[in-house]
Amino acid sequence: MSKKPTIKKTTARKPRTKKADKATSWKRNDGRAFDELRTIKIEIGVLPNADGSAYIEVGRNKILCGVFGPREMHPKHQAKPNEAVLRCRYHMAPFSVDPRRSPAPSRRDQEISMVMRSALEPAVFLERYPRASIDVYVEVIEADGGTRCASINAAAVALVDAGIPMKDLVAACAVGKIEDKLIVDLGEYEDKKGQSDMPIAYMPKLNKVTLLQMDGIMSTDEVEKALNLGIEGCKKVYEVQREALKKKYGIEQPQDKPPKEYQPEEPEEEPKTEEGQQ
Amino acid sequence: MNANFQDRDLVLPGDILYEGRIRTGENTYRNQDQVYATHLGLVNYSPDNVSVVALSAGYNPLVGDVVIGEVIDIDLGEWKIDIGAQISAVMGIPDAVDRPFRTEYIMTRVLDIGDTLFAKIVDLDRRRTPVLSILGPGLGRLNDGFIIQITPSKIPRLIGKKGSMINLIIRETGCRIVIGQNGRILVSGSNREREEMVAKVVTKIELEAHTSGLTNRIQEYLRQLKERSR
Repeated sequence: MSKKPTIKKTTARKPRTKKADKATSWKRNDGRAFDELRTIKIEIGVLPNADGSAYIEVGRNKILCGVFGPREMHPKHQAKPNEAVLRCRYHMAPFSVDPRRSPAPSRRDQEISMVMRSALEPAVFLERYPRASIDVYVEVIEADGGTRCASINAAAVALVDAGIPMKDLVAACAVGKIEDKLIVDLGEYEDKKGQSDMPIAYMPKLNKVTLLQMDGIMSTDEVEKALNLGIEGCKKVYEVQREALKKKYGIEQPQDKPPKEYQPEEPEEEPKTEEGQQ
Repeated sequence: MNANFQDRDLVLPGDILYEGRIRTGENTYRNQDQVYATHLGLVNYSPDNVSVVALSAGYNPLVGDVVIGEVIDIDLGEWKIDIGAQISAVMGIPDAVDRPFRTEYIMTRVLDIGDTLFAKIVDLDRRRTPVLSILGPGLGRLNDGFIIQITPSKIPRLIGKKGSMINLIIRETGCRIVIGQNGRILVSGSNREREEMVAKVVTKIELEAHTSGLTNRIQEYLRQLKERSR
């Protein structure tokens, strides 16, 4: 993305502001605006036996993440002499989706495990722990679209909780296209019926994208717009992660107060009941 | 000074702590002319460097640390000891027995698998494996008591300035307390109640390690605990 073409486009887009207004007033099938995220709730340190852990709820997604390490690598021959190995395991519980799925790791689980690893690796100082391994276990308890992004968000926070040196947090958010309109943070319905889906993981302070996948069809123009939308979404997610970590390690240590949740700016109606009817 | 935070502010990994030329202290890294945090913790600005006191961090073994470990394996001529670091430590026979080596030594008589010991890190070898020794006053096998595990970065707070905090706890409870720099604390007292009192106090210190005026509050807390047990 060079600076010049973006400037040109903004000037070219100017006469279409009315259309853009239409796009902003358009509501999605769960009542969200096009750039509105679902409610995010993060809890940290939920697993006493893990070095670091996090529980995240994004809309109806419920995901638990545990981090172990840095610890000795087993099997030892897989250890790297110059840096630690980051191992991720993404797994969906059999009851997380309808109909129930097989508990055996599927092709999709393997892909997401790999994708998570490559999204988190740039943020971790692996070279500080040669011959060690850092293990990230992610268990999806309830799935409702966008689990890979939510898993990355939980894993990043759990890594910080485990005290692993990191360059930055990683926040992830998906952008997609449905009915020719770009939307942020796809739910399950939008994921299945939409034309395109593009998960993005992003390091907000370093301004670096660590994961960019896409399926479906988008024009070059749309990809660029989607990327900017996604980065904005990631920044919102990052604020929630920050709040959650500050709450856990805050100066006051309030133990009876519930953790702060991400609330969309104008909460209108409960999207949950609407979704349940489909 | 181009500090972006106040002293002792809570910072997260990736936060830019300082812009400009300065030495990077603990738990920070430099990227061009900016200093970033690598851990969640409290930032500490001093005139010549910037560092972060981590609130959650693993144990990083250093030469000279005294640690509490557990024997996990016995190899030819050396014990493998888990000290809670990313790599397990080793201890050779010359570091455990203060006598010339003879072939009829039976290693399990000195230390067996499962034994807990209080040892000193005397060296980090070429692969940065910690090398332990139990030759020295107060070092050796630990036979009684129980172990509390806390975050290693909070150990200095538990000890206090010139041992003020730990001496207070020992004086008030009468328990024997052995502190390992790796976050393990061995407590052995005359009765169970007193040991549990120490456990409660240590947990409180871990939770409130970053607050000021802690020693006075702990003194108050100890008095409350004592009254309750009476």
